[in-house]
Amino acid sequence: MNLMKTLLGAVAAAAIGGAAMAEDPLKVGFIYVGPIGDGGWTYEHNKGRLAVEEHFGDAVETVFQESVPEGADAERAMTQMALSGADLIFTTSFGYMDPTINVAANFPDVKFEHATGYKRADNVSTYSARFYEGRAIQGHIAGKMTETNKIGYIASFPIPEVIRGINSAYIHASRVNPDVEFNIVWAYTWFDPAKEADAANALIEQGADVILQHTDSTAPLAAAQAKGGVIGFGQASDMSEYAPFPRVSSIIDDWAPYYIARVQAVMDGTWESTDTWDGIGPGMVAIGEITDAVPAEVAEEAMAMKEALADGSYHAFTGPINKQDGTVWLAEGETADDGTLAGMDFYVEGITAEIPN
Amino acid sequence: MDLSSINPLILLASLMVASTPILLAAIGELVVEKSGVLNLGVEGMMIVGAVTGFIAAVNLDSPTLGFIAAALGGALLSLLFGFLTQVLLSNQVATGLALTLFGLGIAALMGQNYVGIRAPATSDVPLGPLADIPVLGPVLFQHDAMIYISIGIVAAVWYVLTRTRAGLILRAVGESHDAAHALGYKVVRIRLMAIAFGGACAGLGGAYLSLVRVPQWTEGMTAGAGWIALAIVVFASWKPWRALLGAYLFGGITVLQLNLQAAGLKIPVEYLSMSPYLITILVLVIMSRDRTRAALNAPAALGKPFHASS
Repeated sequence: MNLMKTLLGAVAAAAIGGAAMAEDPLKVGFIYVGPIGDGGWTYEHNKGRLAVEEHFGDAVETVFQESVPEGADAERAMTQMALSGADLIFTTSFGYMDPTINVAANFPDVKFEHATGYKRADNVSTYSARFYEGRAIQGHIAGKMTETNKIGYIASFPIPEVIRGINSAYIHASRVNPDVEFNIVWAYTWFDPAKEADAANALIEQGADVILQHTDSTAPLAAAQAKGGVIGFGQASDMSEYAPFPRVSSIIDDWAPYYIARVQAVMDGTWESTDTWDGIGPGMVAIGEITDAVPAEVAEEAMAMKEALADGSYHAFTGPINKQDGTVWLAEGETADDGTLAGMDFYVEGITAEIPN
Repeated sequence: MDLSSINPLILLASLMVASTPILLAAIGELVVEKSGVLNLGVEGMMIVGAVTGFIAAVNLDSPTLGFIAAALGGALLSLLFGFLTQVLLSNQVATGLALTLFGLGIAALMGQNYVGIRAPATSDVPLGPLADIPVLGPVLFQHDAMIYISIGIVAAVWYVLTRTRAGLILRAVGESHDAAHALGYKVVRIRLMAIAFGGACAGLGGAYLSLVRVPQWTEGMTAGAGWIALAIVVFASWKPWRALLGAYLFGGITVLQLNLQAAGLKIPVEYLSMSPYLITILVLVIMSRDRTRAALNAPAALGKPFHASS
């Protein structure tokens, strides 16, 4: 028995020594909320992971776990990843915020990056994209294209990121079409194709002819296609398989450059806790091709808005904008500050629904 | 709030569509459990059915062949479970959970080239004049065949279980495999057949998701429907018609709450969102509140391994 232990110990020591000599690759972990084949949110994060692998080759080793529920189970998944030797872990959904902070406290030497949250620590950075810039363009197209003046919105969870998207889309839709009305359905899930399809069908049956979605699968587009005469947009990914109709454009998240930069920073030893929030300008948010189903002039206006958002000459939240209760939020020409946007918990004037709390 | 924007007829019709996947999976699992086997792999069999059905329907351009392939795929996977638990006597709970993980994985692998492809449309059954009956027509008689088949399966299961010798044998195996064995019944063979039936039904349910309800293939698209089906079997105290009620309640309230939200009903969304789970459980629990009678319904040998030597 003792001999056995000694032997095993020797083998283990040799293995560790051998690995150390061969220059350990940096181990980068990813926690995903959906399957990598969801065609949307997680699919794009996984593309970012693959880009990291391609860029660094043998210098990195990536691991990922998909379909990790938000909540206690996420802590288990992260802990396991940290214990298995990950040096840098990206946790890619809002609901991983507290789990990430908790686990990070136990592993001070492991770097964590949490997407779309607002809690940071010495070894926890946050990063997100200004999706609301893309929502502004969507809203513009939606407001121009709707004939029933009813726009259906499939929302996931009542968190600032989602509310920001609804507000941005509504502001720009109602600016070009004052009669527009938003019907909002909360699915309380990021990924459940059947439920997303049901929600889209419910909205379409009640007269919506534009469907905006803040859930991760392509099911709402499939539902729109099945019903006919309804348009939608790719969410998080291009979803071009539904182009040119019903998908008329899309918001694409491009995480690859950020992931590569952060992995590089860990390699160089320059990594520190930061808060990154990039939009169309730096390329973290891209607008997918606007198809021929959209009238040329509307497409031109949308592209002009995209340019203005990209070079900073236009902010998606520019006053005058009132809050839902009629109080003034932004005066004429005033733009929203990032703090308010990051914690947005109110609708703008004109939206009739209430935010679940 | 504008409740008038909800068309009750369309709502009732979509209720049936939303419920059918769960109903199919639940009725299959009910038979499996009645034979004394607990197969927790419903989710895995559903997703494999979803992907095999989708692949077959796309390649053969026929939803009917897709459904047949889905039933075969689900049955095949369930027989893997059957072989492990009935022949090799592995633990049913662990094997069932493993089957779910395995099913999710292999379905993702099989479906890689089928993301974003359009499934051939499933047409409604032409019921002629019946479909034109006001009110009843659109609700009951303008559906695809699978909805009627699923109700037919429920009726058949009820009839076989309660009115035939075959059902009696199946239940005997589920109540006391030793007694059934002593009477000369082939316990393992009967259970394998029940497991295959359960797998086929789960496969059909999965294919209904990927071919009719969504309709597309997406990885992980069952998103927990198999677990709901498992729960419904228990809450329905292993009775076929109650399983139908449970599935329709759950599917119906899911669709209803989404419609109410879309219409802007002033009920907090959280309550609407949890209502399908809450109401389904409440109704079924109240229906089976007589504890002694409910306990009689649970198959006594559920989950217990059997070997002819014991």
